[in-house]
Amino acid sequence: MVAGAVLLLSGYANEEKRISIYSTAANYTLPVVSRNNHDYVGLFEVLEPLGTVTAKVDGARWKVRYDKVEGEFTNEKPRAKVRGRNIDLPNNFLLENGRGLVPLASLSTLLPAFLGGPVNFHESARRVFIGNVAVHFNAQLNRSSDPPFLVMEFTSPVNPTISTGPGQLRMTFNREPLVPPGSQTLKFDSPMIPSATYSENNGAAEIQVNGSVPLFASFSNNGRRITIAPAPQPEKQAIQPPTPPGGPMPTLPPPSAVPSPAVYFAVIDPSHGGEERGAALSDQISEKDVTLLFARRLRRDLEARGITTLLVRDSDSVVSLDQRATIANAARSKIYICIHAASQGNGVRLYSGLIPAGDASRGPFLDWNTAQSSFLPVTQAVESQVAAELQKKQISVRMLAAPLRPLNNIVAPALAIEIAPPGTTVADVTSVAYQDSIAGAVVAAVVGARARLESGR
Amino acid sequence: MIPRHLKIGVTLMLLVALGMGIYVWHMRGRAQLTEPSAQGAPVAPPVSGPTEQVTLYVADDGPGAIRTQPANLPLPSGRQEHAEELLRALIAIYLNKDSPHPLPPGSEIRSVYLADPGLAVIDTNSVFTEQHRSGILVEELTIASLVETLSANVQGISRVKILVDGRTRETLAGHADLSGFYDATAVHLLVAQLYSRKE
Repeated sequence: MVAGAVLLLSGYANEEKRISIYSTAANYTLPVVSRNNHDYVGLFEVLEPLGTVTAKVDGARWKVRYDKVEGEFTNEKPRAKVRGRNIDLPNNFLLENGRGLVPLASLSTLLPAFLGGPVNFHESARRVFIGNVAVHFNAQLNRSSDPPFLVMEFTSPVNPTISTGPGQLRMTFNREPLVPPGSQTLKFDSPMIPSATYSENNGAAEIQVNGSVPLFASFSNNGRRITIAPAPQPEKQAIQPPTPPGGPMPTLPPPSAVPSPAVYFAVIDPSHGGEERGAALSDQISEKDVTLLFARRLRRDLEARGITTLLVRDSDSVVSLDQRATIANAARSKIYICIHAASQGNGVRLYSGLIPAGDASRGPFLDWNTAQSSFLPVTQAVESQVAAELQKKQISVRMLAAPLRPLNNIVAPALAIEIAPPGTTVADVTSVAYQDSIAGAVVAAVVGARARLESGR
Repeated sequence: MIPRHLKIGVTLMLLVALGMGIYVWHMRGRAQLTEPSAQGAPVAPPVSGPTEQVTLYVADDGPGAIRTQPANLPLPSGRQEHAEELLRALIAIYLNKDSPHPLPPGSEIRSVYLADPGLAVIDTNSVFTEQHRSGILVEELTIASLVETLSANVQGISRVKILVDGRTRETLAGHADLSGFYDATAVHLLVAQLYSRKE
């Protein structure tokens, strides 16, 4: 057992050296071998994924043909001939059992000669970029939410390996041609997420996000966006919030002594925002403005009744559907209310999630697309109470299911409210009296259902 | 002296030529009367075969409901082509100027693919989504109408995926989800909610 542990430790200590090659044809990783204290790689293996390669041994000479380009190497000689031109190698070429090994440092001259195009070799990190394949990223802290979260946008889909440690979340990009941003250290001027650093080593790039609280990551926009938010403080319940598909499950850190993010009873989500205007209710009225106006009103009224409330956005900012779900789930709220507005019809329409059949939940991990299913009975009960309160105020109301994200991704009772004008005048949808009436009905229903929402049954 | 039978034969041929000339002149005049807009419209491939009675689930914005509309359509025997023609007939209703649920002009069903077990993939063109009216109800009426019409008339469909120009899109027009698969049973229950509304 002790010997096994020693072997295991020595295996970790001697991490295998590798080189990553990124091209439009393929992204791949190859082992690097050490000969005479120098790093070598098999040239045939380097070229094979990029095109048609043949090689043959002729005595001490090794001839390789890549598409129509011929190269010739001689065992134990530091000189090669490619396209009829001599190329000096930093160390001897080695021929081992018919396999041609070239010094790693020679790739920056050999590959352009074979491929006939630009090659960018990050030699110290052992990463080769062939052509224009680089994936760039930027990171921005969204301060409009409380707690703030970090949004990283990538120019192509990414799927890093994520691990967490005390005060940090690491994303390792083994297959993505990620390149560093302008500065390798990004500062966010936030006590919760103060900075992130970029580094690359052994054929991989790594982004380390530093935090004063445990962090977790979620994916959206088909893998082009990673949102890093403070992890919720684990409670007694064993259910883990679901994560968007397309990325690994976030690694929730173990309970620690770090301060926990605030826990809210209600999460109000004003839909749309920023460039995403939602429906144009009229030439002057955008859905995104109506939803924010009403959400602020609803928060004011809920807090006046002692119900702690979190707004998913409190400014004209873009928040993706996955981010909305992540924020709501991280808040561990007792109810999620999503606000929409429309010019069609009259009154208020209340929606619960349209849950598809089949549930891929496994143990404590919930299926992202059906996370709402076990909360649906409570959702519908609250929905009925809201409808009853609206009817008391003579506001026309209708209850429906809807294929509306992120309702299905929320691990709490979740409903959407679509506010239509009270009559034929669309501008009345922004009327203070009308919005106050609707907000009053919602508050009365939430206060009335408080005990049930707290028990979750 | 010209033989009598030859005179009769030549006279008959002249008469036939004259008759053909008059007929061609008449047809040319009719062709000119045809509306230019109709000539410019995309022409669907002709569908042959006997007509079949189907039930279309048509969205109606007035009450915000789905209603059934029987239709006799000449549908191809192939299951996939059958599904395509069915949805094209539904879209044609929405493109009509008196449509109860107008879709943007130029909206098209590009193709419908059927894959086992029970998956139907509807590929629409970009006009269909980019110019679709935005709102939860108006978008879900479109989705429910398409999915229910397909699953009610083509046997064995349990899931439906909607693509736009062959690609997945997040939403139809900012609300109805297009990122996942629609479960036919769930949509059937939704249609029951929408259908039960009193007009």
